[in-house]
Amino acid sequence: MIWLTWRQFRTQFVAVFGLVAAGCVWLALTGPALARLAAHNKNVFDVLTGNDRLLFNGGIAVLAVAPAVIGIFWGAPLVARELETGTYRLVWNQSVTRGRWLAVKLGFSVLAVAIAVAILTTAITWWAHPIDGVKGGQRGSLVSHMTPVAFAMRGVVPVGYAVFALLLGTLVGLVVRRSVPAMALTLAIYVFVQVAVPLWVRPHVIPPTTSSMVISDRTLDGINFDASKRLTITTHTAGPGDWVLSNRTVDAHGHAAAIPTWFRGCLPTPPGAAEPGGTIGVSPARGSLDDCFARLADEGYRQQVVYQPESHFWRLQWAELGLYLAASGLLAWLSFRWIRLRLS
Amino acid sequence: MNAVVAAHGLGKQYRRRWALRDCTLEIPTGRVTGLVGPNGAGKTTLLNLAVGILSPTVGTIEVCGGRPAASSAQLAKVGFVAQDTPTYAGLTIADHLRLGAHLNPRWDQAAARRRIDRLGLDQRQKAGRLSGGQRAQLALTLGLAKRPELLVLDEPVASLDPLARREFLQVLMEAVAEEEISVLLSSHVVSDLERVCDHAVVLVDSQVRVAGDVDRLLATHHRLSGPRRDPDSLPADQHVVWASHTDRQSTYVVRTESRVLDPSWSTTPLGLEDLVLAYMEGSAPAVQSSPELEVIP
Repeated sequence: MIWLTWRQFRTQFVAVFGLVAAGCVWLALTGPALARLAAHNKNVFDVLTGNDRLLFNGGIAVLAVAPAVIGIFWGAPLVARELETGTYRLVWNQSVTRGRWLAVKLGFSVLAVAIAVAILTTAITWWAHPIDGVKGGQRGSLVSHMTPVAFAMRGVVPVGYAVFALLLGTLVGLVVRRSVPAMALTLAIYVFVQVAVPLWVRPHVIPPTTSSMVISDRTLDGINFDASKRLTITTHTAGPGDWVLSNRTVDAHGHAAAIPTWFRGCLPTPPGAAEPGGTIGVSPARGSLDDCFARLADEGYRQQVVYQPESHFWRLQWAELGLYLAASGLLAWLSFRWIRLRLS
Repeated sequence: MNAVVAAHGLGKQYRRRWALRDCTLEIPTGRVTGLVGPNGAGKTTLLNLAVGILSPTVGTIEVCGGRPAASSAQLAKVGFVAQDTPTYAGLTIADHLRLGAHLNPRWDQAAARRRIDRLGLDQRQKAGRLSGGQRAQLALTLGLAKRPELLVLDEPVASLDPLARREFLQVLMEAVAEEEISVLLSSHVVSDLERVCDHAVVLVDSQVRVAGDVDRLLATHHRLSGPRRDPDSLPADQHVVWASHTDRQSTYVVRTESRVLDPSWSTTPLGLEDLVLAYMEGSAPAVQSSPELEVIP
């Protein structure tokens, strides 16, 4: 059975590990130089080469796409192709029960995929570590590894995603029985899960930190007009890499509150200010703005920020990996049930 | 246990349609049994139940003394050449033989190689490049090299040209003679089976119509023709399988254990094909040549 599995998957196996190896070589060649650069420069963002930025964003893109690709092209046809071409009737009548047949196929695939993605994510996490979340001196920055964009492409979670996508594809293929529709459906479900988890699950896996602070020049992040021309203030947390979940102004009673109207008088009126959604840069009349902040504080206004601090990174990573692996286990169990009971 | 396949009240339902109903039969060990019936009669369903690809909705089926596909030991006892003889298009013939060797405890690699050589096939050839006849031979080789107690073949020759058909059946018969295995094969072409089978099961409209040794079936079925008469006037031990009437003449196919003594009948023996056709048509609701439809003014 192991021989047959190897014979059937060796092409995919070689392709996947070949690509991973090539990626690792590229990262290994550029990584040390990047680390030196980061160690010697305060504003490392400004001295990054185009190649570095390409690799940074490319690494995110590759790890975002890899599990989906694995789910679609490895998981979905895993059983569906056999059902489609009728070869299940050949292989299920060799002296191996179909449960064992599926177990070996899945075991081999899960192992191969997990190892490949683990190597890739380790390499990319190591490579990007010195520059994750760096801010430029003037403008521009690279995303922090806590933000949803980069969190999913760092650490251990990509392994969970890849295993999940593989088993999702397998189950969908088993149920749909056709490779191409199974691929499309797998992709749709996987993308939905990938959007749903950072929106609704990840913020609450570990209780987030809530911090209340006085709005001041030190904590201020920006003053904005939202779409309905309401004034809003955002502040930043102590760590630049924190993942801010909500950022709102509360009054003395701790209720969410609008910024009092007198505060508008504190602001200069630059050309774009009348536009909804425009951002006002905090600059010239610093003295008067400080007075305004003091008055806000006196009236009891505070800024309440709910966030996952950067220190939660690894706890969040392991928690999410656990969730995905548990879901994968459930999918595998369903696949075994289905192949025994429904496909007969 | 004398029966290699024993089914009791076996039925298989797909959503609302019954593909096989109330099937009770015993297929004796050591014989070549033909499963005959028109397309859609439930032959494939019955065979898939026998090898455990499907499991029954109602009833039970035992094959070689066990529940089909219940364990790897059970799987090893039954060889299966599925309909359209599926093979892995991307694997070579040698790969298929290795597959068989890895997955079956009683695999006979030497015999498998010998068979492939005798067919004049190159082992390095991919199965996807083989002709239909060659693919069927490869599937048969896999089924035989497993050295099963029972070999099940589902319409193995349906898609083959007459020459490939004859070659396939010849190889099968030689193997049966050598290995002393039981064979259960289905076909909707009776003439194929007539050459190779010594036991037959006729399946029409998802039910077993008749089953028995071919010799015995032929000895107990007769075509009677003579002056027109009502089926009720036939002796009680003559079971009408098929009837056709013209204004003056009646033709019956009857099953009877005793001899037909009525001198007004001219009695002719039936071939297996005629016999099967009689069962197939006899169950059809309205036969076109039925005179009853014509006499209505």
